[in-house]
Amino acid sequence: MDVVITILAAAVRSGTPILYATLGEIITEKSGILNLGLEGLMLMGALTGFSVSQLSGSPWLGIACAFIVGAGISLIHAFLSITLRANQVVSGLALTIFGTGASSFFGQRFVGTTIPGLGRVPVPGLSDIPILGRVLFNHDLLVYISYGLVAFLYWFLVSTRTGLNLRAVGDTPRAADAMGLSVSRYRYIAVLVGGGIVAVGGAYLSVAYTRMWTELMTAGRGWIAVALVIFAIWHPARAAMGAYLFGGVVAFQLRLQAAGTSIPVPLLMMLPYLLTIAVLVFITIRQGKGILFGAPGSLGQPYFREEG
Amino acid sequence: MKKTIVLLLAVAVFLFGSNAFAFDPIPEDELQVGFVYVGPVGDGGWSYMHDLSRQAVEEAYPGITTSYVESVEEGPDAVRVMETFVRQGFQLIFATSFGFMDQVIEVAEQNPDVVFMHCSGYRTAENVGVYFGRMYQARYLSGLVAGSMTETNTIGFVAAHPIPEVIRGINAFTRGVRAVNPDAVVRVIWLYSWFDPGKESEATMALVDAGADVIAMHADSGAAPLAAEEAGVYVVGYNNDMSGYAPTRHLTAPIWDWGVVTTRVVGQVIEGTWQSENIWWGMDAGIVDLAPFGDMVPEEVRTLVEEERSRIVNGEWDVFWGPVADQDGNIRVAEGKRMSDEELLSFSWYVQGVEGEIPSN
Repeated sequence: MDVVITILAAAVRSGTPILYATLGEIITEKSGILNLGLEGLMLMGALTGFSVSQLSGSPWLGIACAFIVGAGISLIHAFLSITLRANQVVSGLALTIFGTGASSFFGQRFVGTTIPGLGRVPVPGLSDIPILGRVLFNHDLLVYISYGLVAFLYWFLVSTRTGLNLRAVGDTPRAADAMGLSVSRYRYIAVLVGGGIVAVGGAYLSVAYTRMWTELMTAGRGWIAVALVIFAIWHPARAAMGAYLFGGVVAFQLRLQAAGTSIPVPLLMMLPYLLTIAVLVFITIRQGKGILFGAPGSLGQPYFREEG
Repeated sequence: MKKTIVLLLAVAVFLFGSNAFAFDPIPEDELQVGFVYVGPVGDGGWSYMHDLSRQAVEEAYPGITTSYVESVEEGPDAVRVMETFVRQGFQLIFATSFGFMDQVIEVAEQNPDVVFMHCSGYRTAENVGVYFGRMYQARYLSGLVAGSMTETNTIGFVAAHPIPEVIRGINAFTRGVRAVNPDAVVRVIWLYSWFDPGKESEATMALVDAGADVIAMHADSGAAPLAAEEAGVYVVGYNNDMSGYAPTRHLTAPIWDWGVVTTRVVGQVIEGTWQSENIWWGMDAGIVDLAPFGDMVPEEVRTLVEEERSRIVNGEWDVFWGPVADQDGNIRVAEGKRMSDEELLSFSWYVQGVEGEIPSN
């Protein structure tokens, strides 16, 4: 039983950076903008979070700055893809390349150093619940904030007018425009806020999880998040499921190995990707059948107001 | 008569042709040496140690010029970097990652007057030499320390990819552990990645959960030492002294010193005596060694390591001299026999004391 609990707790811990990135991308994509710059944003977030924490001594200032830097870099993507209507795939990839290079360059002086980082804060009361307490409520504060973010985002998209408007902008921008909504404004805000949250995912990696900085330390987690958005069918709660599943598979296989069992690790690591492909097939078949959560109708397409 | 002339010409051409591969001496103040790194010099690991070897060259030969390019991607980019060095008149180039191998050969063929030294590869040419070190000797010594310090008799090993170089290191480490502690076992976690700090620390925690109280590693970041420090278990680093990541838990680390190769090669190029060779030196040459011990390592362990070290350095004994038993206790290398370099370079089985199986692919 103890083993199961440690695996599940590890799943939450190692799934959290991916969860932030996935939630950020869901917000962005709900507005109809595809941002493939997650890997670069996470790296910049990781570096900003780490360096500011180290220089200021405050991990929370580091995380706040990571959000700001993530939003700032996403502004480039927003400007290119919304105002200039550039190809979103190209612009997003450019962001990844930029973030990778810039974080390596500016991060050189921080290699080999460590920070105290975020400590574990068991939630009083809740952490004493058998099993669940140790799995869910024995982490650092950033993990609890991610729970809140999942709930908030669900409520926001389903029950608020602004959330409804955002979905309208992402699905049928022409109709949203006719309703008097500013498509550009919604998209700009979504890209900026989404990008900031993605960067917080990177900061979690350097400030709470490993408490160190090395270049390329996200090691592909940004791309996993891109896949998880599809796996989650743009649903915040399913994003959490997916992120923890992914973290869980990693934690599970490492512990199986530690226990001396030999398992086909590469096969196991493929599992989340296989599931993503399966979901992709599923939603393609079910397209347009009026599900609340699903691919935004105009995802990746620039919006031209009058022309056409 | 005509035939004789033709024959003489042929001999002349042959001599001239082969002479092209004998390198002329280069005065120290005219020699330019280029270094190509796969990572940033600030990685605190692999490329950092190679840059120290560049600085060693500058110190030994103050007259020469050295230059480096860092974070060079393996592939076409490496060709561009090396050709730029050649065009600027560099006469000696060190390429310091296995993945540069084909590019080194490609550029070397085009520029037969330039000497290339490739680290950790196996393809040589008239103007391409390769160099590497017997890291397993230092790993064995670190195993002696780990085996002495463990109380649970379970030692964790965070390993990158199941390839002979890493398997050899695990085996040498385990031989060291078992030499002082026949009851101890080594458990291995394969990351399937050279570099993923998140996974490296998660693997460390998994090993600690499984009862390991000493962690060793073969991966490129300091995440495992950092996680070990936090979990309160001892750790053996790698590449360079990693005590910065685990100030109270770092026992020692098997480390590289490439400077012994680079300074020698530079000297030979200056004298004009350089010839292509395949260097696989051991601890006697100083290319591998141990980082300083942590304060917690007791005196008798230090003495033991020093004794074993001098046996290896003096050539009285080496890590894989028989008898060597595999996991099931079968003697794979009989007493009095030694494993050949070919066998060492293609190691594909665990020695006694390692738990688990090597992944088949």
